[in-house]
Amino acid sequence: MADVAVRTLPLAGVHGGSSVARLELAAPAERISLRAAAADVPALSAALGLDLPVKPKTSASANGRTALWLGPDEWLVIAEGSGGIGTGLIADTTKATVPHSATDVSHRNTAIMVSGPGAAAAINTGCPQDLSLAAFAVGACSRTIFGKVEIVLLRTAEDAFRVEVWRSFSDYAFGLLAEGARDAAL
Amino acid sequence: MLLIHCPYCEEDRSELEFRWAGEAHIARPENISAISDEEFAEYFFLRNNEKGLTYERWRHIHGCGRFFNAARDTVSDKFLMTYKAGLPKQPIPSEVKAEAIAEEKTVETWEATEGDAR
Repeated sequence: MADVAVRTLPLAGVHGGSSVARLELAAPAERISLRAAAADVPALSAALGLDLPVKPKTSASANGRTALWLGPDEWLVIAEGSGGIGTGLIADTTKATVPHSATDVSHRNTAIMVSGPGAAAAINTGCPQDLSLAAFAVGACSRTIFGKVEIVLLRTAEDAFRVEVWRSFSDYAFGLLAEGARDAAL
Repeated sequence: MLLIHCPYCEEDRSELEFRWAGEAHIARPENISAISDEEFAEYFFLRNNEKGLTYERWRHIHGCGRFFNAARDTVSDKFLMTYKAGLPKQPIPSEVKAEAIAEEKTVETWEATEGDAR
């Protein structure tokens, strides 16, 4: 008899981290990759219920949703919380009648939460960005490189980051973060 | 490690986030089917490969994803300036250029030290 298919999260069961940098897996979230021209941003902001950031390296949060500026016409919108996948980011974007492209990438990405006094040092193991508070304030976000893989980095608090990574790269990203966390504690 | 100024992110970022994308300011012919093979080769294959100051396209591939133009010195590897894609070829400020040429002289090139192409 066939077994029932059970969805296994990428990174399920892994553990790592150190006394200064805690690594945790983020809960599954709904995500869309949104692309639109500058003129159509107000209409999409209204449809999504949050103001899409237009300044480089900034994010905006409202109603459990976070929009991350990735490029002049590109955003990653993450919806966290009770609803989880299927709460309707795509449904909301279709309310905007302006030209845009919204692609559901909920299952493409997974996220690792890095927190603690050594969080920035752990990420800087593989990421060349300046993560000082002056250059990368709370709420700052950026698509960047981490070792050999591309990540989207969001600073959620002074000593906490969300690392969004493609699921097929997540083993590598977690492994390198775990090493970075150990090094940060030395 | 080089720091490259991305005109879209308005910030200096590590070279690891960027990728080179060939010579800049090559306009695609208006009616490409009407041009001769020689003209097509000139447009499609032949590049100047200049030594010294060059205009190149770069892409912030692991960042905002945007193509932009950069003026770079191929001798010293120094980026003189960057500007957004779509803008016409920008003149290099004279003080930046003078500094770059002075720096070029201090770079030990293969031609100057070992090569026969002196």
